[in-house]
Amino acid sequence: MTLAEYRKRGGLEAARDEEHVGEAAHAEKHPGPLEYAQIGLILAVITGVEVAIYYLGLAHTLLVVGLMVLSATKFSMVVLWFMHLKFDNRIFSTMFILGFILALSVFTVALATVGGKLV
Amino acid sequence: MAQAVGTAHLETSTGLDNRKLLMWLFLGSECLFFGSLIAAYLLYRDRSVTGPYPQDLFDIPFTSVSAFVLLMSSVSMVLALAAIQRGNVRGMQIWLFTTAILGLLFISGQAFEFTEFNHEGLSLSTNLFGTTFFVLTGFHGAHVTIGVLILLSLFTVSLQGRIQQKDSLNVELAGLYWHFVDIVWIVIFTLVYLIQP
Repeated sequence: MTLAEYRKRGGLEAARDEEHVGEAAHAEKHPGPLEYAQIGLILAVITGVEVAIYYLGLAHTLLVVGLMVLSATKFSMVVLWFMHLKFDNRIFSTMFILGFILALSVFTVALATVGGKLV
Repeated sequence: MAQAVGTAHLETSTGLDNRKLLMWLFLGSECLFFGSLIAAYLLYRDRSVTGPYPQDLFDIPFTSVSAFVLLMSSVSMVLALAAIQRGNVRGMQIWLFTTAILGLLFISGQAFEFTEFNHEGLSLSTNLFGTTFFVLTGFHGAHVTIGVLILLSLFTVSLQGRIQQKDSLNVELAGLYWHFVDIVWIVIFTLVYLIQP
């Protein structure tokens, strides 16, 4: 909107009204409380499974793989549903995923070069 | 079950709210911050010359309860957001306060754990495990503390009637920060506590 258009339409208040109409027009679907509660329940169960397999006495490699998969599942569920990346604009996902990939790269390179071990 | 939620279509070059964009950019940078601290911990945890070592100290049942408490605080946080997005200010206040209490419970648990470890002879300067462990979990605890302060501020402001449905973005931004703190703990709980050398 140009300054002339802005003044013609009535200034700040009119612009705000227009913005609210825009909000309604661009409404997105976020989950409701019931779905959030269901996801919370799944997350609680996964945490229980994590602790249970810790005490199962599995082979170390198997334990690590199992725990990593469960942890990644929890991480993804929180990011996608609770932080709404599944529903929001992709620019937000890009911001976060770029940071995450960069962190993962530093993590991997540091462990690989200095000799740290996960398993 | 889904609900319609208003999202900003603003007069910005992206059409998105700059505050939300900035929050995601900040969280992306925080990934690098915590990624580096976790990598440093994994590099040095089993290079200590003297004890105590992780396997001598970690109390998995206790930490599991702490992890569960923080996870449930994420649920209450998202319920606070869902409430305000539907115009339910009272519901938002209840869930915000619940989240802050769960956060405080988590911090209390961490303070108890740190004290116990200290009694067992582990401090920031005892060995490499102590240094990297306390720096990593200490920074996370500081983030949780800041999150609790943000939640309590929002709660206080809402009691004054200054948060309505149209201000739901403020709650959403606080929620994004809080959920991030939770996902960092999801990673720490697995890599630091459950997977030991």
